[in-house]
Amino acid sequence: MARRILLAVAAPVLAMAIALGVSSLVLIASDNSPLEIYRSMWSFGTQLNSIISMINRAVPYYLAGLAVAIGFKMNLFNIGVEGQYYFAALIAAIVGAAFTLPSVLHVLAILIIAMASGAFLAGIAGVLKATRGVNEVISTIMLNNIVLGGFGAWLLTRARYDDGSGSLQIATKPIAESGRIPNLNGWLEAIGIDVPAGARLTGFLLVAIVVGVIYYLIIWRSRFGFDLRASGMNPWAARSSGVDAKGMVVKAMLLSGGMAGLVGLSSVLVENGRFAGDFQTGIGFTGIAVALVGRNHPVGVALGALLWGFMERSAQRLDLEGVPKEIVVIMQGTIVLSVVVAYEVVRRARAAQQQREVSAQVDDERVADTSVGVPA
Amino acid sequence: MTDSRPLMDRPDGDLPPTTAAEAVPQRSRRPAWQTFAVYAVLAFITLSVVAEIADAPALTGSGTWGAALRVGIPIALAGLGGLWAERAGVVNIGLEGMLILGTWFGAYGGVEYGPWWGVALGIAGGAMGGLLHAISTVRFGVDHIVSGVAINLLGAGVARYLNIVTFDDRTGATQSPRIGGSVGQLDVPFLAGGDLFGWRSPSLFGWLDRQDWPIVSDVGAVVYGLTHNITFDVLLGVAMFPLTWWLLWRTAFGLRLRSCGEDPVAAESLGVNVYRLKTIAVVVSGAMAGLGGAILVLFASIYREGQTAGRGFIGLAAMIFGNWRPGGLAMGAGLFGFTDALQLRNEAAVHAMLLFVAVLLAALGTRALVKGKAIPGVVMLVFGAGFLAWWLLTDEYPTQWVPFTPHITTLLVLAFASQRLRMPAADGVVYRRGEGR
Repeated sequence: MARRILLAVAAPVLAMAIALGVSSLVLIASDNSPLEIYRSMWSFGTQLNSIISMINRAVPYYLAGLAVAIGFKMNLFNIGVEGQYYFAALIAAIVGAAFTLPSVLHVLAILIIAMASGAFLAGIAGVLKATRGVNEVISTIMLNNIVLGGFGAWLLTRARYDDGSGSLQIATKPIAESGRIPNLNGWLEAIGIDVPAGARLTGFLLVAIVVGVIYYLIIWRSRFGFDLRASGMNPWAARSSGVDAKGMVVKAMLLSGGMAGLVGLSSVLVENGRFAGDFQTGIGFTGIAVALVGRNHPVGVALGALLWGFMERSAQRLDLEGVPKEIVVIMQGTIVLSVVVAYEVVRRARAAQQQREVSAQVDDERVADTSVGVPA
Repeated sequence: MTDSRPLMDRPDGDLPPTTAAEAVPQRSRRPAWQTFAVYAVLAFITLSVVAEIADAPALTGSGTWGAALRVGIPIALAGLGGLWAERAGVVNIGLEGMLILGTWFGAYGGVEYGPWWGVALGIAGGAMGGLLHAISTVRFGVDHIVSGVAINLLGAGVARYLNIVTFDDRTGATQSPRIGGSVGQLDVPFLAGGDLFGWRSPSLFGWLDRQDWPIVSDVGAVVYGLTHNITFDVLLGVAMFPLTWWLLWRTAFGLRLRSCGEDPVAAESLGVNVYRLKTIAVVVSGAMAGLGGAILVLFASIYREGQTAGRGFIGLAAMIFGNWRPGGLAMGAGLFGFTDALQLRNEAAVHAMLLFVAVLLAALGTRALVKGKAIPGVVMLVFGAGFLAWWLLTDEYPTQWVPFTPHITTLLVLAFASQRLRMPAADGVVYRRGEGR
């Protein structure tokens, strides 16, 4: 038993050790003291406004991670979260600014529009896979390139809104106040936390938490989730137990795309109130890394997203230390690789352990059998 | 069952028939390469006529085709990298990262030691990415896609970090100094009038290009464009295609390597060292991508962050488009290169492509109707008519749409043709020695 627990914690610990080791080597190779650098990152990253910044960064990473994780749960690789969230945020910003509704309804409407747009784009890949056998990795990469390689920019120039300020920034029309989500600074102050000037905790955190819970319920507590995981673990068994494989592919892609649709809304609904030309891209790819690190579990993905947010925030300190902050990207890549390697190594160790236990049991039973069978 | 063979010839050295489709006795027909040649000639004549009607000479201009080769070769090499890995059964989605490594190391070699060192270091940089992928997928049995994603992350991070450490004080964080010098270039003797031992040979296709004969002069222009002013690094890249074809489909080594991608258990039982072959394949895969990256930076004479712009992924798509075969892959990469080149040179020509697509769809639709496939035939004819109307009713194709047009094309081609594609049977499957099937 103790051995089992040891095996369970072994993988993440091993992964962190490898990642820290490699990063330290890189730091030493460039004439820096790793310990000092880590200490400096830690002390900067744990200040209150750093923590708020970390959470703000982590929220979209989390949603992107969950979107990727849904696909992974049935061995589908939605690499297109990148294009889906860009497209969805743009459509939601354009459509959401075109009408007003009472406050909560307006926000809900925009969330639904974004989810539908993301699901639409992912659905193309799902339908192509189910009906034409097109590999979803390739089709979603193509869709990414279509959206980010010009179609998005084309849509944005069509929807350009001139607010009269003479700014060169291309942006959509601002969404009415009723469609925005406020920040949570008021809540923080209500529980006695003094928010530093300039820091704003994103209200989208609440959406992310709700989505995380829903993800858990769908995947682990619903019939659909069972079919999804079964299709991922053993497609043949799932099919013979009556799961409609093609239908599952389409549904999983729609769900993944729908979740991807929410990724960009923290920026649109909370921070800017509109979609601007400098909209942050690349979160979809971060989501893949975060889903891998978090092992597709809602809590794990949350930890992964927070880790990424922490590293990116505390990296800002590094330039002051004379270390290029890009070392963080190397750390992140190393973490992903070492997490997957560590889990694979531990999985094998665990399988060997199980095999030993089973064979020990079988031996015991055999001994018992023979002792009964021997006449007295 | 229909014949699952691709358009291109499947040489005798190909794998033993494993699918039922291939075990069916061949219908008597022309060799596939002849069919292909007929289609190619017809397509070219169409293109030439369209260029005439739509008054878009750039479609068949030597400049466009020369640029298409230079722009397409990094994509083609990334795809060739994918081909090596996937033929041995390892999915390599980390090509983008290896391409990035190739660009940075290529620039480093180019800046510090000269362009040929750039080529060499670019190849080495890509191969290092390949080695990492090989270690994690082949030795540690990590999921191929997961490892590839991590390598894409790492490749970008390493390139950025090294660039800052090396060049930040000279040219800033995101680019390198200019690469001085050149690897040199050549005109192919006789075809494009290159020198042969100091003697200037006649330029057959250059001469054809200058005549004003319909179609024939266009052929001259295209061949001249492809054989004139080729830099040696591009030539090296082009040479990788016949070399790969020969190695993989004409040697025992290649047969063994491909058997690892089809059925590693059976291969191992026949004494093939599957781990070693897979490792070699993935390292070569990275080296190919690295060469592509080096060519990319040498063409631009500078390394810039984000220079690869997803070409690794596009190469992968071109490989699937080309049915895991060098010839098909080259065509797929050519499509991307050609569109890129058109966009760079001439927007009127892009508009003229609408007419070309209309004619193509009309031809394919008619063919489907003749063969008795009513629904696809009608669908293609309707789309063809749509493209014709689009061409007639507009004066230009939206500029912002041009960059992603090849991606839509790829998506459509995959949607219509993916049933004819056949990937290596054990592609992407983690193989553990001794675990059986």
